[in-house]
Amino acid sequence: MTSLVLVVVVAVLFAAGFYLLMERSLIRIVVGFTLLGHGANLVLLLAGGAAGAPPLLDATGPRPMADPFPQAMVLTAIVITFGVTAFLLAMAYRSRQLRGGDEVQDDVEDRRICAERHHREPPDATPLEAENPGPEDGA
Amino acid sequence: MNVLVPLPFALPLFGAALATLARRRGTWLRVLGPLVGAGVVAACAGLVAAVARDGVIAVQMGGWAAPLGITLVADRLSALLLVVSATVLLAIMLHAVGEGAGGLSEHEPGVFYPAYLTLTGGVCLVFLAGDLFNLFVAFEVMLASSYVLMTLTPTGERVRAGMTYTVVSLTSSILFLTALGLTYAATGTVNLADLSERTAGLPGTTRTALALLFLVVFGIKGAIVPMHLWLPDSYPAALTKITAVFAALLTKAAVYALIRVETLAFPREHGSWPMLVLAAGTIIIGTLGALTHDDIHRVFSFILVGHIGYMLFGLALFDVAGLTGAILYLVHHIVVQATLFLVSDLMQGLTGETSLHRLGGLAGLSAFIAVLFFIPAMSVSGVPPTSGFVAKLALFQAGLGSGSTLAYAVTGVAVLGSVLTLMAMTRIWTLGFWRPRPREADEAAHARSAERRARMAEPYTRGGVRLMQSVTAVMVAAGLLVAVFAGPLASWSRSAASDLVDRTGYRHAVLDGGSP
Repeated sequence: MTSLVLVVVVAVLFAAGFYLLMERSLIRIVVGFTLLGHGANLVLLLAGGAAGAPPLLDATGPRPMADPFPQAMVLTAIVITFGVTAFLLAMAYRSRQLRGGDEVQDDVEDRRICAERHHREPPDATPLEAENPGPEDGA
Repeated sequence: MNVLVPLPFALPLFGAALATLARRRGTWLRVLGPLVGAGVVAACAGLVAAVARDGVIAVQMGGWAAPLGITLVADRLSALLLVVSATVLLAIMLHAVGEGAGGLSEHEPGVFYPAYLTLTGGVCLVFLAGDLFNLFVAFEVMLASSYVLMTLTPTGERVRAGMTYTVVSLTSSILFLTALGLTYAATGTVNLADLSERTAGLPGTTRTALALLFLVVFGIKGAIVPMHLWLPDSYPAALTKITAVFAALLTKAAVYALIRVETLAFPREHGSWPMLVLAAGTIIIGTLGALTHDDIHRVFSFILVGHIGYMLFGLALFDVAGLTGAILYLVHHIVVQATLFLVSDLMQGLTGETSLHRLGGLAGLSAFIAVLFFIPAMSVSGVPPTSGFVAKLALFQAGLGSGSTLAYAVTGVAVLGSVLTLMAMTRIWTLGFWRPRPREADEAAHARSAERRARMAEPYTRGGVRLMQSVTAVMVAAGLLVAVFAGPLASWSRSAASDLVDRTGYRHAVLDGGSP
């Protein structure tokens, strides 16, 4: 029924997509997300079975009709992934403006708590005497 | 009565369109938003009444018959959650209105109100969706507006957190889409009622793989350990009122979807041990995390993660008692988590701090806020006679009544989790409220806080602050009401849970009875 090639393509898209998601650069993450989106859309398309005649009302032909249902779903999914990719790009741009780079930064608070644990001798539950200032959250 | 079913999401989406048109007029927005929110609450209340009378109501949008068309279903579970969520959404909106009207710190109202109303629509659609694809779209509507809200008035920190949040949510959405495609390939349907009939015929391994895939998808969205890492990292960075909405509803919507999909499409005779183990891990790691952190919002976020474990525990038992407990817990936690964040917003208004080692002396600054914090804090820890106690009691009874050793063990872990939550809350209470302001909190911070209080005492601002405080007080009271009406609520939840286990009513309404 379904071609093995497409299944392999889905596998490659997913592998490459997840690999890129692990990167620090936002642009690579966006590309990774786009690849993943294509992979998922292909899965949906594959779920509909083999290609067939156009699924039109009152159309009779020798070939069986293609299943229109997954195609409708793929169209919706494409629109959603498209919109969200645009948003991601806008955010990557904003990140570049605000932080001067498109690298995903470490979480300051997490780093502070880890550092605290390494430096302090007796593990004390109250961080009263914490030397480190809190996160420089400007909010 | 069928007209009522689409209203909870159609109304806010329409309202969002109007709000976009009026985006430059702050006053109009502040009137329009609560009006629409109140309309949604009314529609949801009507839906509860309709469901109480007629049982499960299914509507086929666009007139296409059940397995193909867009099905909306309202049953006891979704009606209950709809009315609770709509109320919480309205309360938080009023809080934002108070903030805006008081001229305290309004953050781009022209973006906030449309996005918030779209989020309302998305949340309501999640509860109403009767097929997997519609559920996916509902999640996307909800999440897309949450991305906007998350990065409202972007600071560097907010953009960093927003990026993590967006990328993780999107990954889970892509996995959702994949799971959807695989389900369609295996069964030829994505309609939940139809699926509940067809999954029984699948080979065991396919069934398990699909069930696990959905567990991962909703596990990421609902922050189940070990897929929770994004949540305490990103939620605290948003504006507090927005964190309140996220914490109250977004993860709960995922838990609802998990309950819905697992009970309808992958029902089980006995408890599921992987879910029980995950639940225990979530409870322990969440509550321990709450003890280590210093920032109040992070503490609350970890508490949220820990308490998702309780709901998962109820679901993992897969019997009426367990599901009853999970539903009660959902209701209790939606209210109480929103309240905690709203109170924290008031605390922040007084001191401008969220860090525990710089907070202090809040009980002296405002006894009112101290009381407002104390009640939900006790409730989330499960101290009687609050709603948390009622929900936890139902869960513990279910765990002990299930008769499996693992369930007994997880019940023990859940008790431990309550104690740890109580410790985390006590820590905030002692450090934030009871001790005097730490000396190292320098003069500048002191002056800033005094200046804030002076500004809040100005007559124009006072109205807004009053509104914010009364909204929070009403939310605290709502949490108490959940405990007061525990009897009717428990019996409603029990029938909702038996509907979930039984499934015939749902199937019948969707596949046989539904007409446009």
